[in-house]
Amino acid sequence: MPKLNIDGTEIDVEDGITLIQACEEAGVEIPRFCYHERLSVAGNCRMCLVEVVGAPKLVASCAMGVSDLRPGPEGQPPEIKTLSPKVKKAREGTMEFLLINHPLDCPICDQGGECDLQDQAVAFGGKLSRFDENKRAVEDRNIGPLIKTIMTRCISCTRCVRFMTEIAGFDELGQTGRGEGAEITTYLDTAILSEMSGNVIDLCPVGALTSRPFAFTARSWEMKKTETIDVMDANGANIRIESRGNEVLRIMPREHDAVNEEWISDKSRFVWDGLRSQRLDRPYIRDEGVLREASWKEAFSTIATKVNSVSPVRIAAIAGDLCGVEEMFALKELLTALGTPNMDCRQDGSLLDPALGRESYVFNSTIEAIDDTDLLLIVGSNPRLEAPVINARIYQNWLNGDMPIYLVGQDADLLYDYESLGDGPEQLVEILNGKSPLSKALEKAKRPMILLGQAAFARDDGKDILALAGRVAQEKGFVRTGDNWNGFNILHTAAARVGGFDIGFVPGEGGVRTNSILNAAEKGEMEVVFLLGADEINVNKLSTTFVVYQGSHGEIGAQMADVILPGAAYTEKSATYVNTEGRVQMTSKATFPPGEAREDWKIIRELSEYLGKPLSFNTIEQLHQSLYKTAPHLASLNSIDVEQGGEMFKNFTMKELQLRSEPFGISIVDFYLSNPIARASAIMAEMSALKQERDRGAA
Amino acid sequence: MTNNAAGVQQPESFEFSSENLEWAKQQLKKYPEGREASCTIPFLWRVQEQHDGWLPEAAIRYVGDMLDVPYIRVMEVATFYTMFALKPVGKYFVQLCGTTPCMLRGSEELKKVCADVIGVQNTVTSDGVFSWLEVECLGACCNAPMVQVNQDYYEDLTPDNFRQLLADLKAGKEVKVGSQTGREGSCPAGGVTSLTDKGLYDGKGGQG
Repeated sequence: MPKLNIDGTEIDVEDGITLIQACEEAGVEIPRFCYHERLSVAGNCRMCLVEVVGAPKLVASCAMGVSDLRPGPEGQPPEIKTLSPKVKKAREGTMEFLLINHPLDCPICDQGGECDLQDQAVAFGGKLSRFDENKRAVEDRNIGPLIKTIMTRCISCTRCVRFMTEIAGFDELGQTGRGEGAEITTYLDTAILSEMSGNVIDLCPVGALTSRPFAFTARSWEMKKTETIDVMDANGANIRIESRGNEVLRIMPREHDAVNEEWISDKSRFVWDGLRSQRLDRPYIRDEGVLREASWKEAFSTIATKVNSVSPVRIAAIAGDLCGVEEMFALKELLTALGTPNMDCRQDGSLLDPALGRESYVFNSTIEAIDDTDLLLIVGSNPRLEAPVINARIYQNWLNGDMPIYLVGQDADLLYDYESLGDGPEQLVEILNGKSPLSKALEKAKRPMILLGQAAFARDDGKDILALAGRVAQEKGFVRTGDNWNGFNILHTAAARVGGFDIGFVPGEGGVRTNSILNAAEKGEMEVVFLLGADEINVNKLSTTFVVYQGSHGEIGAQMADVILPGAAYTEKSATYVNTEGRVQMTSKATFPPGEAREDWKIIRELSEYLGKPLSFNTIEQLHQSLYKTAPHLASLNSIDVEQGGEMFKNFTMKELQLRSEPFGISIVDFYLSNPIARASAIMAEMSALKQERDRGAA
Repeated sequence: MTNNAAGVQQPESFEFSSENLEWAKQQLKKYPEGREASCTIPFLWRVQEQHDGWLPEAAIRYVGDMLDVPYIRVMEVATFYTMFALKPVGKYFVQLCGTTPCMLRGSEELKKVCADVIGVQNTVTSDGVFSWLEVECLGACCNAPMVQVNQDYYEDLTPDNFRQLLADLKAGKEVKVGSQTGREGSCPAGGVTSLTDKGLYDGKGGQG
């Protein structure tokens, strides 16, 4: 471990880190523009210059490794000065050069208030400008509906270019020209259609790349910031909602190394306009075929009259993809009290089953472990559309290391190269028999990972595929109990799913699952169907059924409803979500639900009163108490509690498999329109149209 | 910016001639798999030779596809180097050095000749014969001032002999490459002033 003397303080630092990291560890702030800890080192802004005693010139601390420094003449540790007059002067000089061509338009710049250039000019810059020539002006580029460009402000740090190439896996941004003519642009001004492009807005240290939908909306300091969790996919990215009054104005990522590093997908970031439109803000009742506004009391009474008139087994509930654990738990309690086992949180018809233990339905290796994987087998999944942030991690590991990737399923552009093994379950049998092209690579792999998407389970032989995959995992070394490695990973598409499994929101004894509920409803055998934010089902089958829809958006599910109960969106309630790796996280309330809408568990609590089966809890604390009794692991936030090496794999070895040789399908067809909030968003609609146009052009 | 391709009539497609394609395949073999991007500059250069001295947009895509390099990366290279032209150049493309030694030796006067004979910098004459561009040092400072026309250097220029050179080129006459004053290599302009003893060169050693 090298020892350094930074501004008079001696510290030991890790071997192989850079000087800027060492300074950070010593608590010394080094200004920087181009350096970013998650990107490669460019060393082109020159703002991080420090003085190394004995070196002839100042060195760029971001590009100098601590191990490359020589000790002093008497063997004393290398001495770094970050506050010397030389350094101060150099910083002033760099600032002056950067500001030469930077416009003085801070008052109309959206970056104002959160601008690195502004902050550092104040902290490290000189007092005045000596430049009285004309400033350079650069034409703005149209790089799509999400990112607004004011290229005159660009300081050519190339963070955006590095991000797109190294993390988003989209080689579309580049720096053309040289010297004064250098510009950041896409090839011939084509729009960026990466699912991760919004992150360049955060990365840009100046106002060159800003959020187009957010343009001229608010200043960073006038917004209320609420730290919460994203529910657009099952990754559970940590986000910060910025709101003013009762309006969400923008969504930003938060750092969580194990989940999303500091990236979020474009859907997570730009979906906020969907929170404003098509909202259900009061209860509705269908009267003679037409929905009319109603009071809560009326709505509850209507439900009670109907429910009390039918036999409990003819009542069913389906929970959607965005539900929090609390409301599913409350609904499950209510249904159990009513005496019906018909409930399901698997809208897509997936046949994963919580009865097999948590190990059978979560991303066991954890998301972070993707970085250590040396072989990846993807089955029935398109991670790029199902969880772009997870896909970015796969891409990075593929790019930096030697991780071969194999795919069983529909071919797609996943950003990285993979070998396609075929598209049906028979390929898994081949692997099990050691006859697959991947078998050889598998022998060498120490930490192989199998990633199973929902398309593998949302079919009639889903259970057998799970068993087969379990056997492959067990026998082919994806699970190594001795080595503490479990590479048996399920990638979910729905934020609600793992939470739903954790509390067992699946058919109970004698109950039926989603498809059967719908089919029974079509035949008139199911008389009341309760949809808890369930919009991605074939509602046409419910045309003759009494449908109660509880949710935030007036969409597919609500169209068919006889009673609509307006609920809260994920930004408007404090609810528990469990991500695909089984990590328990909780959202916070950033704004209030619109109009008369309420938090979802409260609606169910009140409904239970009308149904004559009052639930045992009156407050969220009481609900949690009762919830944690059923599923104790939900009480510890941000932790993953999955029992490894459980019974699951043993059960599988015994089973006779019945596989169907049809290819795996696709879980998410349109990334931008995968849930009711996204479908209500004009920004997402625009992106979706653009993407379709591009795909047509390419075809 | 000198290399702005806006408003240029672009051909729809570009392909290497069979000869160049053969050459390109040979070049690709020089690099290990996955490192084909190394061929970007030589390929662009060959495109430019084949395509009348400039790179059409279609060729950038062509090279990108051939090397499996994103188009924007090829574009970065093509715009970074001033030796790549993104819009048509004249049959004789005059690159005039304007860097310090040439400037001290009178390149400013040569610029006036260019402006007079050829016209505005970086535009092709209506007959397609000439275009000119001021460039940075071409490395022939000892015989300054100089210009490069297509592949050849013309040195020791004065406004008069430069004007004559351009006229001869236009007329299709044979012109002398290199120094226009008859200087040998980079010898001093007024003739040799030292090491004049012939005995130095007869293999017996000099006078001492």
